[in-house]
Amino acid sequence: MSEESAVVTGKKPFVPGKSLLTPFNIIAGIIVIVGLFITVLRFTKGLGTVTNLDDNYPWGIWIGFDLLAGVALAAGGYVTSAAVYIFGMKRFHSAVRPAILTGFLGYALVVFALHYDVGRAWRLPYPFIMQQGTTSLLFEVAACVALYLTVLFIECTPAPLEWLGFKKARNIAVKLTMLLTIFGVVLSTLHQSSLGALFLLAPSKLHPLWYSGYLPVFFFVSSIIAGLSMVIFESTLSHHYFADKMDETHMNEKEGVALGFGKAASLVLAGYFSIKVIGIAVDNNWHYLATGYGAWFLVELIGFIALPCLLYAVGVREKNLTLIKWTSGLAVLGIIINRLNVCLIAFNWHLPSEDKYFPHWMEIGISVFIVTVGILVFRFVVTRMPILYEHPDYKDSH
Amino acid sequence: MSISRRKFLGWLGAAGMGTALGSTANAASNKHFSGYPDSVGVLHDISRCVGCRSCEAACNKVNELPPPDQPFTDLSVLDTKRRTTPEAHTVVNKHELAKTPVFNKIQCNHCLEPACASACFVSAFKKTAEGPVSYDASVCVGCRYCMVACPFEVPTYEYNKAFTPRVMKCTMCYPRIMEGKLPGCVEVCPKEALTFGKRDDLLKVARKRIEKHPDRYIDHIYGEKEMGGTSWLYLSDVPFADIGMREDLGVTSAPQLTAGALSGVPLVVGLWPVLLTGIYAMTKRKEKISQEETAEAVSLAIAETEEKGAEKLSAALKKAEKDKDMAIQKEVKKALEEVKKTFEEARTQEETQEEQKEEKA
Repeated sequence: MSEESAVVTGKKPFVPGKSLLTPFNIIAGIIVIVGLFITVLRFTKGLGTVTNLDDNYPWGIWIGFDLLAGVALAAGGYVTSAAVYIFGMKRFHSAVRPAILTGFLGYALVVFALHYDVGRAWRLPYPFIMQQGTTSLLFEVAACVALYLTVLFIECTPAPLEWLGFKKARNIAVKLTMLLTIFGVVLSTLHQSSLGALFLLAPSKLHPLWYSGYLPVFFFVSSIIAGLSMVIFESTLSHHYFADKMDETHMNEKEGVALGFGKAASLVLAGYFSIKVIGIAVDNNWHYLATGYGAWFLVELIGFIALPCLLYAVGVREKNLTLIKWTSGLAVLGIIINRLNVCLIAFNWHLPSEDKYFPHWMEIGISVFIVTVGILVFRFVVTRMPILYEHPDYKDSH
Repeated sequence: MSISRRKFLGWLGAAGMGTALGSTANAASNKHFSGYPDSVGVLHDISRCVGCRSCEAACNKVNELPPPDQPFTDLSVLDTKRRTTPEAHTVVNKHELAKTPVFNKIQCNHCLEPACASACFVSAFKKTAEGPVSYDASVCVGCRYCMVACPFEVPTYEYNKAFTPRVMKCTMCYPRIMEGKLPGCVEVCPKEALTFGKRDDLLKVARKRIEKHPDRYIDHIYGEKEMGGTSWLYLSDVPFADIGMREDLGVTSAPQLTAGALSGVPLVVGLWPVLLTGIYAMTKRKEKISQEETAEAVSLAIAETEEKGAEKLSAALKKAEKDKDMAIQKEVKKALEEVKKTFEEARTQEETQEEQKEEKA
């Protein structure tokens, strides 16, 4: 009974004697403390102290993982809201709020991570307020990410506003849904593709198997895969840890979301596979497949694109939810590997192996720290606000 | 999941948009920028360089860079391959080839259409009309995209500065040029391996040297066309690829490489909202129609049921009426018969009484 009322009001029942020292909290606490320690080092001693970046590798995992992979994995927000609000797939409605929240946190953390990476973080607004480098694709990325973060923020507000009981503000925010969704898709198309287009400038540095005039298309299409897979992946984890926060609608729609999104992901993966192959054919790069880099490229193409495509299809056909869940993890991993390939592994392929980059442990420390912060904030929000359930005052108001 | 024709068309449109984005880089015009008129440059004749490192020393001095670990007179540093660093805008590398060692000097090539300038999102890099590519540290955010973009691997970064890190690269001694002086390295070169002048003139000089000594020089002026052309030009007596200079860079300038992707922006901004609103409108309309159809079907069903019900009712009523009529008639008949019977009985009784009376009488 008390549990039920907790779900309805969204408040965590206070259990006396329940210790905060769970294994998860202890590990998260250690990560946060180490992260803060590295943060102090980074901002007092400079990038050279905490990173293995050098003049050949100006971009490390803070760009390859935190920015490139981070933005791709946060694509669930625009993919889900477009599916539900534009394409009218209302049966996925319960997936929108967690997806938007994950997207917002993802983008917020990307911007947070950028503060570590750029040399003078306090100058991040300079491209907008000092001089506009409009010839740069990075300018487009910066502008779109800044705008999209704002869009996601507004899209996120109904939940905290319902939690706080601000009805009027909440209703205004909800009325903007359609406009924000379209705006979000436009901005996402632009910056997801532009992140790939960043590397169009470096045909002499990026391995020909990864360099292609289609880089923007590859990045955009694969962001859809990342978005769809992250929704399934995130919902699996949420169901495991926050099942008590889910209402009946969420529980009922969950299976349909996994099946629907798995099916869509399978189709998009098939398309992505085809255009990757077309990319090789257009530039006639077949002969590179017989090299070491070619073998690694085939691992990505077959193991992380063709295989999840097949597994999703089988999972959907046989309604095997376990298979779909594991496949979503595989697909997400594939996107991360792709971004690391483009940014780091296949980048500077002409350099001898002793000049190649490997991250400093403190770079990895900051990346882990940022992901942990994301999980902690997500937990804070879903245990308090109407994310996985509908607020009783606003049922059927969408 | 069933897919309606309308939905399918919507998706098809969306997919078409995605592919339109990926048109390969091609500038929208056939304009070709071949450098500012009368801009200056430097011609480096690699065949003349003896690897004395005087240029490195001069560069260090005029740019007021920190002193190196080993003095510039120490030629043993040439044994290891080096690249530019924040403390060294130029370095000389030795290449042990078949005949004699060959030395080449690395520094910023001052591209006609620089990749760094194209990449910079605060326009910190500029190709000046005089020739040098300048850098403005006062706006630099430190994203280091310029370093990713540079095909010659020239810009470096002050990773060890916490508060004022800068991108460091050769300026072609821009301030000195504006004062009418030569760049530090050119001024000091004892072998005249470096020639300063207008780029157009330097190209002529280079061509003349190749013409005069066709057996000595490779018939190629490196930098004339590489990446759209550079202000720093090279002549060599050995293949450029053998001394670490990439010959696979192509002649496409950096802005052209990204022009296609950038031209996709207005396309997306212009078409996506229209297309998406269209899909939304179709979805809405479909929903509305299906709602209306449902409502119609429901009301039709209700009407039919009502009609049938009414018919049944009236039939039942009629039947009831008929039954009632029949019952009444029956009752009346029965009553009449009874009356008749009673009357007859009464008459018979009377008759019998009269008969009895008559008999008595």
